[in-house]
Amino acid sequence: MPALCRNCLHEFESGARCPKCRSPRVVAHDELWDLGIAHMDCDAFYASVEKRDRPELAAKPVIIGGGRRGVVSTACYVARIRGVRSAMPMFKALELCPDAVVIKPRMEVYAEVSRIIRARMEELTPAVEPLSLDEAFMDLRGTARLHGAPPAVLLARLVRGMKDELGITGSIGLSHNKFLAKIASEVDKPNGFAVIGRAETSDFLRDKDVSIIWGVGGATKEALDRAGIRTISDLLRWDEAELVARFGSMGLRLFHLARGQDTREVKPDRGLKSVSNETTFDEDISDIDLLDGHLWRMAEKVSGRAKAKGIAGRTVTLKLKRADFRLLTRRVTLTDPTQYADKLYRAARGLLDHAVDQGPFRLIGVGLGDLLDESGADRSGDLLDPDAEKRARAERATDAIRQKFGADAIIKGRALR
Amino acid sequence: MKFSIERGVLVKAVAQAQSVVERRNTIPILANVLIEASGETVSFRATDLDIEVVDKALAQVEQAGSTTVSAVTLHEIVRKLPDGALVTLTDDAGKGRLTVEAGRSMFSLATLPKEDFPVMASSEYQTTFKAPAPVLRRLFDKSKFAISTEETRYYLNGVYMHVADGEEGRVLRCVATDGHRLARIDAPLPAEAESMPGVIVPRKTVGELRKLLDDDEAEITVSVSETKVRFATPTITLTSKVIDGTFPDYSRVIPMGNTRRMEVDAGDFAKAVDRVATVSSERSRAVKLALEEDKLVLSVNAPDSGAAEEELVVAYADERLEIGFNAKYLLEIASQVDRENAVFMFNSSGDPTLMREGNDTSAIYVVMPMRV
Repeated sequence: MPALCRNCLHEFESGARCPKCRSPRVVAHDELWDLGIAHMDCDAFYASVEKRDRPELAAKPVIIGGGRRGVVSTACYVARIRGVRSAMPMFKALELCPDAVVIKPRMEVYAEVSRIIRARMEELTPAVEPLSLDEAFMDLRGTARLHGAPPAVLLARLVRGMKDELGITGSIGLSHNKFLAKIASEVDKPNGFAVIGRAETSDFLRDKDVSIIWGVGGATKEALDRAGIRTISDLLRWDEAELVARFGSMGLRLFHLARGQDTREVKPDRGLKSVSNETTFDEDISDIDLLDGHLWRMAEKVSGRAKAKGIAGRTVTLKLKRADFRLLTRRVTLTDPTQYADKLYRAARGLLDHAVDQGPFRLIGVGLGDLLDESGADRSGDLLDPDAEKRARAERATDAIRQKFGADAIIKGRALR
Repeated sequence: MKFSIERGVLVKAVAQAQSVVERRNTIPILANVLIEASGETVSFRATDLDIEVVDKALAQVEQAGSTTVSAVTLHEIVRKLPDGALVTLTDDAGKGRLTVEAGRSMFSLATLPKEDFPVMASSEYQTTFKAPAPVLRRLFDKSKFAISTEETRYYLNGVYMHVADGEEGRVLRCVATDGHRLARIDAPLPAEAESMPGVIVPRKTVGELRKLLDDDEAEITVSVSETKVRFATPTITLTSKVIDGTFPDYSRVIPMGNTRRMEVDAGDFAKAVDRVATVSSERSRAVKLALEEDKLVLSVNAPDSGAAEEELVVAYADERLEIGFNAKYLLEIASQVDRENAVFMFNSSGDPTLMREGNDTSAIYVVMPMRV
C-alpha cells in the first residue's frame, strides 16, 4: 500500500513508521497517488494565530470572540476539551472555562495570514476555492508532472510549511470529489491528513448521519426525519424519483451525495455575494447620533474592503437587531452602484432614519450586495446632489493619505461619535 | 338596494375602482368597493387610504341603498359577462350577500357593512381650476418617466405640480426627477390656477389619473389644497393625498449655459441608441456619444459581451466631444419628442446635458452623463 511520511515527505510501501526518519506520522492508502481533490481546513485558526503571536498562551484555553455579550468565534483545542464550542454565547463559555483568555478578533491579522496561505495553495494549482479565511478546496488533478510529485505529497508539504513557517496547523482531506474531501478533512483533525478513496466511499458513508451532507440543516433534517431517514444507508433505500418527488432538487442532491457522487467543480473564484460588517453593542442603543457613528465606521470598513477587492455594489442593506432579538433588515437599490463610503453611508442612513423609532438596538450592520466590478460603479453623478462629486474626491484623497500614513492618519469627526 | 345597469357602463365604473384597490392588503374592507344607489345614479367608491376614486353611472334604481363587495371579484364577473347584457345587483342585507344577475348567470357575493368603509375626509381646497384633458395628459405623460422609485427620497416619488415663471409668463408646470434625469413640462396657466400651492402628486395617482384623460374633449376640474389634490370629470372623481415633503429646488439643476448644440432626428437617434445598446451589459447599459462636425458616432464597448458602433448624420458645429449616457435614459427622453428634431445642449462630458424638442422650451429634459 503506498505510504507517505508527513514529516520528511518520504514515499514508501506501507509500514506504521517512516523507514527513513522513523516518524509515526504516516498516511497510507491504496489510492494515495491517484486522488486529487483536497480540502484544507486550518485548526482553530484565529486561536492558533493568537497563540503563535503570544507564545505564553500556548497551554492556556484561548477563546476568540467579542465583547461582554458576544459569542465564541473560535475556541482553541484546550478550551474545546472543556466543552467550549463556536457560536456559544460568551457567558456560557466562561462558565465552562472560567480561566479562559478571551481575545477580541483581529480580523486584519487573520486576513493577512489567510492571504499568505492562499498564495501558497495557488502555487500548487490555480483551482483554489476559498470557503472562508481558514478553509479552501483545491483541485490538484493533472499537476503531478508539473510539480514532479503527486497531490498527496504537495499537500503534506503545504501543511508542513504552514506549520514550520507560519506557525499554523491545518488538516487535509483528500478524495475524489469536494463532498468527500470536506468530510475527510474533519476525520483526523487537528493537524490531520485523511484519505477517502473510491473503493471505500460507500462503506465510509453508510453509517454516517445524514447531517454530514452539505446543505442538510435544521429544516431538511426534520423533513428527512419525518420520512424515516436518519443515516446515509436509510437514504440509499430510496430511489431517485421518490427523493425528487418528496424533496425537490434537494432530493436529487441527496440521492447522489449518499452514493458519494459529487460533480461540483472546484471554482477558483466563487464570486463574492456581498460585503458586510456588523457590530454588537455593549449596551442597547436607541440614540440616533450614537447609531450614526457606528454606521459611518461600518460604512468605511465595508467600503474599504470593496475598494481593496476592486468591487462595488448596487444594493445597500441595513441590519438592526432589536433588544428583543428581532431582526430588521432594510434594503435599498442604488441607481448607480458604488464603492464609496459616503454613498453607502448616506443610503444606509436613509434606511436608519425610517427604522430608528423601533429601537433600542443591540446590533447594527451594513452590507453592500449585488456586486459588480468597480469599473461599472460610480459612473454617474447626482443632479440633486452636486456636492457628491466633491465628497467623492475628498474620499479618494483620504484613501491616498491613509495608504501612505496609516488608517488613523485622517478620520472624519463623524467617526468619533 | 336593487338596481339594473348596462354591462359596458358597469365594467368601466368598476374597472377604475378595482385598480385603486391594493392587491395585497391586510384590511378586508379596503379590498371592497362601496356601491351606493339613489335617484337615477349609482356610485362606486374605492380607496387605498391614500387615493379615493368615485365613479358615478346611470342606472335604473328600483330600491336605493348601499353595500360593499370585493372590487376585484365584481370586476372579474362583470368583465366576463356577455356584451350588452343588463346586469341586476340586489343587496340582501340580512344575509350579507349581494346578488349579481345577468341573463341566466347568477352570482352571490359576500358583503361587508358599508359603515366600515373608510370615506376620505373632505378637504377645503384652496384652488379650483379647469383644464382640458389633453393639457394635463401632456404634463403628466411627458414627466412621469423620470419619477424616482427610491423610497429613501420619498419626495421624488411623484410629479411636482406647481405654478412657475416660464419663458413667456406664468405657467402650470410639472417636474419629475430621480437624480439622474429630470423632466420639466410647462402648459399655459389656466384661469383661476394662480394661487395653487405646489403639490407632489404620487406615482400611483399619476397612473390612476391617466384613465380620466383619454377623452380629448373632456374638461378636468382640478382642486388643490396643501395636503390633497382632486381631479374630476362629470362622472369620475379622483382624490389623492399628496406627498408630504419638499420637492428640491430643481432650477439649479437645469443647465442654462450649455453651448454645444446637436440637432438630430429623434426617431433615428432612438433607434440607433436601441441598436447599439443591444450588446451593452445588462447592468450598466452605457452608450458613448462621440461628436464631431455634423457627425455622431454611437458606440458600446462591453468587454464581456461585445461591441457596437453606429454613425448618424446630425447638425453639430462645435468642438469634438465624447460623452457617455445610460442608454435607457437616452431612449426615454428621445421618445418624448414627437413633432420636431431633438436638440441636445452639451457642456463637458461630466456635466448635465439638456434636451428639448426643436426650440420649444415648454418641455425640457436634463440627463446626467456617465463615465464610459
